[in-house]
Amino acid sequence: MTMYWNKKVECMSREEMRRLQSERLVKMVEHVYNDSTYYRKRMDECGVKPQDIRSIDDISKLPFTTKQDLRDNYPFGLFCVPMEDIVRLHASSGTTGKPIVAGYTKDDLAMWSEVVARSLMAAGVSKDDIMQVSYGYGLFTGGLGAHDGGTLIGASIVPTSSGNTEKQITLMRDFGSTVLACTPSYALYIADSIKKSGFDIKDFKLRVGIFGAEPWTDAMRRDIEEKLNIKAFDIYGLTEMCGPGVGCECECQNGTHLWEDHFYPEIIDPVTLQPLPPGEKGELVFTNLTKWGMPMIRYRTRDLTTLHYETCECGRTAVRMSKILGRSDDMLIIRGVNVFPSTIESIILEFPECEPYYMIEVDRVNNTDTFDIQVEVKPEYYTDRITELAALKKRITARVQSVVGISPNIKIVEPNTIERSMGKAKHAIDHRKFE
Amino acid sequence: MLIKQLSVFLENRLGRFSQIAKIFSEAGINMKAFTVSENAEFGVLHLIVSDPEKACALLREKSFAATLNDVICLQCPDVPGALEVALAAITEAGISIEYMYAFAQGSTASVIIRPNDLDKCIEVLSENKFKTLTQEGLNSI
Ligand SMILES: [Zn+2]
Repeated sequence: MTMYWNKKVECMSREEMRRLQSERLVKMVEHVYNDSTYYRKRMDECGVKPQDIRSIDDISKLPFTTKQDLRDNYPFGLFCVPMEDIVRLHASSGTTGKPIVAGYTKDDLAMWSEVVARSLMAAGVSKDDIMQVSYGYGLFTGGLGAHDGGTLIGASIVPTSSGNTEKQITLMRDFGSTVLACTPSYALYIADSIKKSGFDIKDFKLRVGIFGAEPWTDAMRRDIEEKLNIKAFDIYGLTEMCGPGVGCECECQNGTHLWEDHFYPEIIDPVTLQPLPPGEKGELVFTNLTKWGMPMIRYRTRDLTTLHYETCECGRTAVRMSKILGRSDDMLIIRGVNVFPSTIESIILEFPECEPYYMIEVDRVNNTDTFDIQVEVKPEYYTDRITELAALKKRITARVQSVVGISPNIKIVEPNTIERSMGKAKHAIDHRKFE
Repeated sequence: MLIKQLSVFLENRLGRFSQIAKIFSEAGINMKAFTVSENAEFGVLHLIVSDPEKACALLREKSFAATLNDVICLQCPDVPGALEVALAAITEAGISIEYMYAFAQGSTASVIIRPNDLDKCIEVLSENKFKTLTQEGLNSI
């Protein structure tokens, strides 16, 4: 049986949702215009006044906010309430430059707990569960976010935080934890440690995993599910919006439901910055509709995805986001056409003859962009017939041409030529010099 | 009768062939014949060697895209126009030849033929009384 934390909102009609979003956006825009020198200045520069925003449809009139804006205004420049109303600070460890700081009012924390509660329940967690929170507690939003949401639904929280894995495992077994909340990579580490310690997974009562804060593959999901004997769910979030709980998968695992009465999602073309119709792939942009302390207006996530508005089989009408399909920062413009490495990757994966590796190489020769894609053929597909390899090259070329719109030069390279790396592999080399 | 041919995919990179030659000489594998089919971007090297299984395993170990496949080794009679007769018989039977190459050992000339239909080609050749070599036969020359 499907459980909902807030059925009224999670299953409300699209029309009601738009009305609620409109109402909240109008209030939010008044708030940021009146209470933030930063946002007032940005809106004035664009010639937008709060009275121009009458419904959610007017959102495209508002200027975007970027990670750079957050860095430029470090630490508190985007706070929209006096410091006395801020009751919590979190910060993300930026891989480059200054950290991203988030400030929360009491109401903001209540909202955050609410969305985490919805997320947990969508994944089947209830007050009857014992939830071990193995996300790091501290400046990172994962630990306290999961903690507060789990507390709200009444689950028994075991706040182990991350690390000290031996002890984690012992408590997990002795307490009979039924839910594990942590990063997917830590879940795998725990699974392998259980095995190494000689414990039997049958002595554990785990049934659900709530994993997020980093990208993970379907293969990793299957691996974790098998090793821990659980069903693994992806919880989505980003520090700029609040932390984990911006959305979560439901039991159907058919995309991530976004709690859009609090975080309004848009998909834009990363080049023209124009909104795209539902279902089209583009950059995800979020607007906080209810977070008062440090609201983000049209925050560009740089994540590429698609949004789907059909009602889910679980009964929720809340919009579903597909898997993150890449980063808009990775986009290449070749012969005037936008090319995302993630698109090339999905094409290569369509060919059973090819290894799942590729490398895009772009250069400029005689004022024309060259567009090479290196691919490797699986050992069992090599033959003595050069015509077969030439035919494969032709088929890949045609497929890329039809999807991307420009014709690549497919280069079949020898085995183990393309660099293998876990995680953020480099998929493109751009030799062009733009002075 | 069929023999094993070793085929290696090569990008047009200098030095790859000499690496292969070195691997074979160190392992005591004897190269009897080779040829390359190629287009503008890559090539496939075809080799007849003394121990094809071992040669293939060695190359794969070193990340070469090596495969084994069957080819026909036609032993050419020392009669003028014999090859022409053989090829005419093959063509007449509607068989097409992907590639072929010849090599000589002592006074014997052999032709490696890679037809699109191996079984049919063998049949046609034996019907016409042409002699094809087995792996053992080849190695004993
Ligand atoms: Zn659902």
